[in-house]
Amino acid sequence: MTLKIFMLGTCAAALLSGLAQAETLTIATVNNGDMIRMQKLTDDFTAKNPDIQLEWVTLEENILRQRVTTDIATKGGQYDVMTVGSYEVPIWAKQGWLLPLDNLGADYDAADLVPAVSSGLSQDGKLYAAPFYAESSMIMYRKDLFEKAGLTMPEAPNWDFIADAARKITDKSNEVYGICLRGKAGWGENMAFLTATANAFGARWFDEKWQPQFDQPEWKNALSFYVNLMKDAGPPGASSNGFNENLALFQTGKCGMWIDATVAASFVTNPKESTVPDKVGFALAPDAGLGKRGNWLWSWNLAIPAGTKKAEAAEKFVSWATSKAYLELVASKEGWANVPPGTRTSLYNNAEYQKAAPFAKMTLDSINAADPKNPSTKPVPYVGVQFVAIPEFQGLGTAVGQQFSAALAGQTTVDQALASAQQLSVREMTKAGYIK
Amino acid sequence: MAQTVSKERKIIVTVIAWSIGIALFFPIFWTILTSFKTEAEAIASPPSLFFFDWTTENYAEVQSRSNYFGHFMNSVVISLGSTLLGLLIAIPAAWAMAFSPTPRTKDVLMWMLSTKMLPPVGVLVPMYLIFRSVGLLDTRIGLVLVLTLINLPIIVWMLYTYFKEIPGEILEASRMDGASLMKEIIYVLTPMAVPGIASTLLLNIILAWNEAFWTLNLTASKAAPLTAFIASYSSPEGLFYAKLSAASTMAIAPILILGWFSQKQLVRGLTFGAVK
Repeated sequence: MTLKIFMLGTCAAALLSGLAQAETLTIATVNNGDMIRMQKLTDDFTAKNPDIQLEWVTLEENILRQRVTTDIATKGGQYDVMTVGSYEVPIWAKQGWLLPLDNLGADYDAADLVPAVSSGLSQDGKLYAAPFYAESSMIMYRKDLFEKAGLTMPEAPNWDFIADAARKITDKSNEVYGICLRGKAGWGENMAFLTATANAFGARWFDEKWQPQFDQPEWKNALSFYVNLMKDAGPPGASSNGFNENLALFQTGKCGMWIDATVAASFVTNPKESTVPDKVGFALAPDAGLGKRGNWLWSWNLAIPAGTKKAEAAEKFVSWATSKAYLELVASKEGWANVPPGTRTSLYNNAEYQKAAPFAKMTLDSINAADPKNPSTKPVPYVGVQFVAIPEFQGLGTAVGQQFSAALAGQTTVDQALASAQQLSVREMTKAGYIK
Repeated sequence: MAQTVSKERKIIVTVIAWSIGIALFFPIFWTILTSFKTEAEAIASPPSLFFFDWTTENYAEVQSRSNYFGHFMNSVVISLGSTLLGLLIAIPAAWAMAFSPTPRTKDVLMWMLSTKMLPPVGVLVPMYLIFRSVGLLDTRIGLVLVLTLINLPIIVWMLYTYFKEIPGEILEASRMDGASLMKEIIYVLTPMAVPGIASTLLLNIILAWNEAFWTLNLTASKAAPLTAFIASYSSPEGLFYAKLSAASTMAIAPILILGWFSQKQLVRGLTFGAVK
């Protein structure tokens, strides 16, 4: 009898413990400062939601992209929350791979999200991913070098001024280069910068009928300008420089100007990492007098894959991580300067944030200046400022990027690079069915 | 008549050998050195060799952020498991090919090797779907199976080469003495091929330890080995070279130590039968 009761008790306890077991969310994310900070602050979430445990999978961006794409396309269900870039969100939402975020909570205040960012994440009025942080591009420049050369940086410069200043600042004998720009081939590397810059020169990837436009004079102007400028005022080996390589050059005092992601502002002004933290000024990305600035728009967002079995808990987490309360939590623990930028309008009205982050206004102005639906001066059939939101773009963008990188390295001419880009784009777009 | 080697030639050969050795080891040395620098010193130009403020903060940060031991155990289980399972299949296979060859043996060997010629990404989606269907995603057993199959051609080829060096007459003699097939393999063939089997074992542990395509793509959190641990410290937007170096040092240290202590065995096995 006693044994029977004991057995029954054990079974009941095992059953109850199973029922009481917390639900575990697996979250795939990229390795950058803001995401790592979020991981450290998850105690706040688990304290408020004791029935939900979090398991993190942190990966390098390209590996993460490959893994989450495989998982979501095959409905693998390995992840409950994914960190997804603004390039993927419209494509995946259209495929039905992401769940709409309908229950983010009464106090979420979706209207407070920066419109330029949230519009790229919505389809038919529904939000398919919540922005965790957003960035644009801007000019970071050395105030001391400008002063020495007798130059004053306007708040909204044009490319002619930038090119002239870069050549004046360059002092190759002392390893100081007027301008550092991306040259490493890749759709998210040199093509992010060059596509955004080409927009300012009036160029576009495709016309309204999806015909590639690399044979048009606007692309020739943009690419020739870039290659000539880098030859005169860029660092040696620029064709293999991406974000990190230019960041290292700027932080060690070798760049007069650097046009890149706004997120870099916090790195170059950090005295622990930079040798020039108090000498950096900021300005809007340059234009070419055609009414468009060459600044891009990118956001890292939290989305819920359609294959998850824990959608409700996942949405609770997404709501927590992208809420106004989360920004306040980061500010209280790590200071306002470390709050993830670019997602909420209210952050930019906060006096404490404005005081702690000297680059705040420039970041918001840059984000608002980007228009993903009308990126160029001419009409386009696609969405995206520094990318074209179609599945084929990753491969195509990288192939074109290789041609442009070769032109920068002097292995081919600008004309040859553009001809090759045109040829391979026509081939790819015909194969994919865009060109009938 | 023994050939005498001039002193100059000895010196030249020694210098060349040391230069190659140092050049091969330099990236590892630099990674270890960088792991003790701050992030600012890690990107300093010109870089400092020894005269910098040595710090262990990167190791502390890596320890606090990641479950190193969990990843380490996954690496141990996956690399050892796949190698032992591979040997279990490959020893009889290599025996058959070396001592009972058929006219098709060479073709079979070539066919096995040809499976290594396919870029793995070409079969990623079908493999992922199979793993999803049978519930092997993010499991150690799944990775053991995949890595066994991936490294099996190399194991068979290596063992076949070693077994070919063993005189068939010895095996025949054991058969004459009444040894069964299993006894012949276990008591006669295996002891004679120990250097070859040991080097195959070591080389495949190293290959499995460093495999970074399937181990990254078929795992999420539970079965992720040290390759995933390193990948979590790499970033295209942000200079975390010192932390990445610390993570890399921690990931390669066990296999480096294993290789160091077993190098005699490894070299002996790899040159087995090369000089007659």
